[in-house]
This record gives sequence, structure tokens and C-alpha cells, in this order.
Amino acid sequence: MKRLVLGLIAATAMTLPAFAADIKPAVIYDMGGKFDKSFNEAAYHGAEKFKKETGIAYRDFEISNDTQREQALEKFAQDGNSPIIAMSFSFEAAMKKVAPEYPKTQFVIVDDVVDLPNVRSVVFKENEGSYLVGVMAALASKTGTVGFIGGMDVPLIRKFGCGYVGGVKATKADAKVIQNMTGDTPSAWNDPTKGGEIAKSQMDQGADVIYAAAGGTGVGVLQAAADAGKLGIGVDSNQNGLQPGHVLTSMVKHVDVAVYNAFMDAKNGKFTFGPEHLGLAEDGVGYAMDDNNKSLVTPEMQKAVEQAKADIISGKVKVHDYTSDNACPY
Amino acid sequence: MNSYMVLIQIADATVRVSVPLLLAALAGLYSERSGIFDIGLEGKMLAGAFAAGAAAYVSGSAWVGLGVAIIVSIAMSLVHGVASISYRGNQIVSGVAINFIASGSTVILGQAWFQQGGRTPSVSGAARFGDIALPGANAIRPIPIVGPIYSNVISGHSIIVYFAFLMVPFTWWVLFRTRFGLRLRAVGENPAAVDTAGISVAWLRYRAVICTGILTGVAGAYLSIAQQASFVKDMSAGRGFIALAALIFAKWKPVPVMLACLLFGFLDAISIRYQGIALPGIGKLPAQLMQALPYVLTCVLLAGFIGKAIPPRAGGVPYVKER
Repeated sequence: MKRLVLGLIAATAMTLPAFAADIKPAVIYDMGGKFDKSFNEAAYHGAEKFKKETGIAYRDFEISNDTQREQALEKFAQDGNSPIIAMSFSFEAAMKKVAPEYPKTQFVIVDDVVDLPNVRSVVFKENEGSYLVGVMAALASKTGTVGFIGGMDVPLIRKFGCGYVGGVKATKADAKVIQNMTGDTPSAWNDPTKGGEIAKSQMDQGADVIYAAAGGTGVGVLQAAADAGKLGIGVDSNQNGLQPGHVLTSMVKHVDVAVYNAFMDAKNGKFTFGPEHLGLAEDGVGYAMDDNNKSLVTPEMQKAVEQAKADIISGKVKVHDYTSDNACPY
Repeated sequence: MNSYMVLIQIADATVRVSVPLLLAALAGLYSERSGIFDIGLEGKMLAGAFAAGAAAYVSGSAWVGLGVAIIVSIAMSLVHGVASISYRGNQIVSGVAINFIASGSTVILGQAWFQQGGRTPSVSGAARFGDIALPGANAIRPIPIVGPIYSNVISGHSIIVYFAFLMVPFTWWVLFRTRFGLRLRAVGENPAAVDTAGISVAWLRYRAVICTGILTGVAGAYLSIAQQASFVKDMSAGRGFIALAALIFAKWKPVPVMLACLLFGFLDAISIRYQGIALPGIGKLPAQLMQALPYVLTCVLLAGFIGKAIPPRAGGVPYVKER
């Protein structure tokens, strides 16, 4: 019965030939939700940009629990959507199951590599971007202690933390980095109260610059840091404006560009498959500068971070990738 | 940093994280003592948090935010009340429904009103409950031992924190020293007897769920405009359920409820502070263990290993007058 209904819906959709020649893109957000001011929101902006420029509508879906991942992928594929972008590594299992069933559909997974012929895997070198904000944090810190707060305890987030520690230690060898994870379940992406508590605990221990890589939880971290007159560092999207004057910078991950490019490539018939690694050299990651943090970043900080960026791009400095061996050497 | 200061900081964090648990658990206490099981604490707290965040932003006053939070929370309590008191529905189902309604509607309304993805805009200044320093906090601070306790742990919280802890003796007084309290407890144990005495069972129970609504509203306001400065979707993050665990753990008594909440808050504070710290002899203590401990303790209690948790006898049973 359900299949019949779905089929009918799909059939109805197909009788609307408005965009018959065009693509039918879709994006599935992760648990943080479309407007997490962070990772998912960046994807949303990318998709919106595509829609504005081309006039092609896209479908989207925010999952609210883990079992919906497969259903959402399946449903979009069944409806003939392509490309379908799945935001986050949590879609790995679902992608491995659904993608082979629809070999003609173009799938994109962000933050994870799924080795299938019809899947493009976009992964970012967050370790490189985090290294840069680590450099800035070390220079901005007066106490010599900085903090890192991750969302859910997964290797990807440890990768952020590890790159950050690398940047801090390379700048100030004796600096201390306090690292905390918010939790072990997806709710750790959405618990600003706990994020705030962790930030307070880190500040009690002397931290005065705190980097939050924790989705919606990070909002609470930045709030607590600003309340205490300390500095926070945002993540994924440019979060400098959340607490103007109290966010040192943001480690920007150009998820928007990845989403936009995937849609564009599909539209222009240039869609490619396989892994795509976006680092500093590809402008896939970076640090955010705008009016909100201009006064916080001194010229010497700017110089140091630009130097570090050039060194990473040239290969002179190699930032360790935690996910390569599940260990952090710093 | 000496270890005494660390202890003080942990105690300070314990107080802060215990407050929403304490308010929600006391809220549950009124309802459950009257025979209405309430697993909708989580949802009411969430709705309260949203209402507080939205109203405080629009009005620019934290007190207006608190008031609206209480009103919204009472309204949701009454929905639960109508379903389970007047229409004698299943209280668990109704409670679950409340949780779903809150989790969905807050995001939808938030998105419709503020276009920030279900988040309310950040508030500051008068629209937020700031930390208040108790008189003499700075003067006493230099005194060893006592000074830090007073100035860091006792002073320097928002007004809701003090309200929450004052509610403990107040609730005890209401339950065990007033006529209303006696009747409330009686209606949870043996509603027929109360009815025989000529007192309306339904009206008593309604008053109990209103009390629940008031306290969950305050708990929600604490989350969104005292501890944080905006509402974020699902920000109650399971605290309503931990509060329920605390309520059971404390055997439905006000002072033990406070101790249970402080214990659970303490475990939370410890797990934040000592995440993955290595203990001598035991090795690395996983943070997950600390997070699971409140539930484990409750299960152990329910299994009868540390005393017995006997719920109010008429709890969960709709009262039907015999005809």
C-alpha cells in the first residue's frame, strides 16, 4: 500500500513537466537542522544560492531521528531526484544501502567517503582550518590556556580538535589545551546549555579562548564565553556575528560551495564521482574575517595565520589528520 | 590552582545544572502526588523555554518572559489535565503527546515568527536574568574556606536559582503542613475517600497540574533566558526525564528530591570537568559512565536494592465515581 501511494505521488510529480529538462536536486540535512547557524545552514545557503541563480527548485528534508536517513534517501531517489546530497557522515550506512539500488541517481555525501560508482564524497581538511584558528587562539590567549569543545565524540570532531592543538602548540609550545566533548549521542549537537556549562568549566580552569566544533551546542559555548568577557571561536559557518566582539574568528568550512558545485555540476552535465578532498589549497576551509572581529585580530595575528596558511598550502607544514590513524601526535 | 578551588567550582557548576532538574522534579512531585503521572515534564519545560525566549525578546523584559513561560506551561499542563482527569485517558500516552507537541510546535512557531530556524533571537540586559551578587559576597571572599563557599557557590546565581531552592521547603510545607497538601496526598492514595469527604477529586487534581505547569514554566525560563540567552530547538535535552528519575529516586519527597537533583547535577558537573580523566588504579573513566549513572541508580532503586520506591497508590489511575 505504502509503495503504491509513494508511486502515485512520484507519478504525479512526473506529470508536472515544468523542469522536465532540468535536474531535480535534493538535500537532506542532518540532526542539527537546517538553521543550526553552522554546518547544515551552510549547506542551505549553498542550495539557496543555486536556486536563486538558476531558478531550479530543490527539495530538502530535515531528519529528526536516525531511522529517517535511509527512508529519506530512498524516498528522494524513488521520486527521481538527482543529485541527492546527504549532509554528514552519519549517512554512510544508509548511502551504502540506497545508492546501489539507484545506479542512475547521482548521490553526494559530505564529510565521509563512500566508495560507490555513483557517489561523490566531499571531505574537508578540517584539520588545516582548525590549525589556523589554533594559531590565532594561541596568540590571542593571555593565560596560555585555550579550550576546545566538540559536539558528539566521533573521529571527525577529534580531527578538528587535533588540528587545533597542532596550531596552538606550533605557535606557543607551552600552551595548554583543554579538550571536552559534549556527549556521545546526536543530541550533543543541540545542547547549548551543556555547551555553556563546559565552557564555564574550561574558563574556571583558565581557558580564555574557546573553540567550539559542536553545531547548535556551540551557540551556548559562544554565549558563555561572551558572558564571561572571554573569546569564542565559531565553526563551519561564519559565526562571528553571533556575539559581535567576542568571537575571535570562525573556522569556515565551505559546505555551501560544495553543495552549490554539486548542483551546478549536475546541471551542466559535469558531475564527477569519487572522493573530493577540500583543504586550504582548494579554499574548502578557512578562517573568517569581518567587521565583527576586526578589532580582535591584531596585525601580527593576521600575519602569523597567513604565514601558516601559506606554509600548509606549500606543504612546508603538514597538519596531522586524526582520522588517518585515530591518534593525535601533538 | 589548589584543589579546594576546584571543589568550589564543581559545587558552583552543580548548583547551576541542578536547578532545571530540581524545578522539573518538584513540578512532577505535585502532579504525581495527586495521582497524575506526568512524563510530559520535558515537553512543558521545552514549551516554557521557548515561550520565555520569545516573550523576553519581544518585550525586552525577563519577567514578562517568565510570566509567559508559566502561562504556556500551565496551558500545556491543562491539556494533560483535561485528557487524563476529565476524560480519563491514559496518562502516559497524554504525557508523550505533550512532549511531541512541544518539540514540534516550538520549532515551527519559532521559524514562523523569527525566521532563525526555530531559534529565538539572543536577548541581553534586562531581557535576561543576570547573576546577582548577594550582599557581602566580595567582603567575605578573602576569608579562607567559608569565603569561597559563600561568594562563589551561594552568591552569584540568577534569581531563579534561589527561587528553586526556596521551593523545596515551601513544597514540603505545602504538602505536609497545609490542608491543601493533605488532600493532595490523599487524592493520590485514595481518591474515593477524598470524594466521600465531599471534596472534588477533579478540582484537586487540576490544581495539582497547575502547580506543575508553574514550576516547569520557571524551569524552561531558566534554560532559555537565565542559563542561556536564546531558545534552541530541543534545548531541554532530556532533563525532564532525568528529573523524573530524580523524583522516583527520591521516593516523591521534596527534600530527597533536592538531594537527588544535586547528586545528578554533581555527576553531570564531574563528567564535564573530568572528561576522560585517568584515575589511579581504575584507568580512564569514560564520561559515558557518569552520564548513565542517574538512570542506573534509578534502576537499582526500582529493583529494590536501596530501599523501595513506592509510587502514590492511585497514580496513573483515572478516578471514576462509582454509581
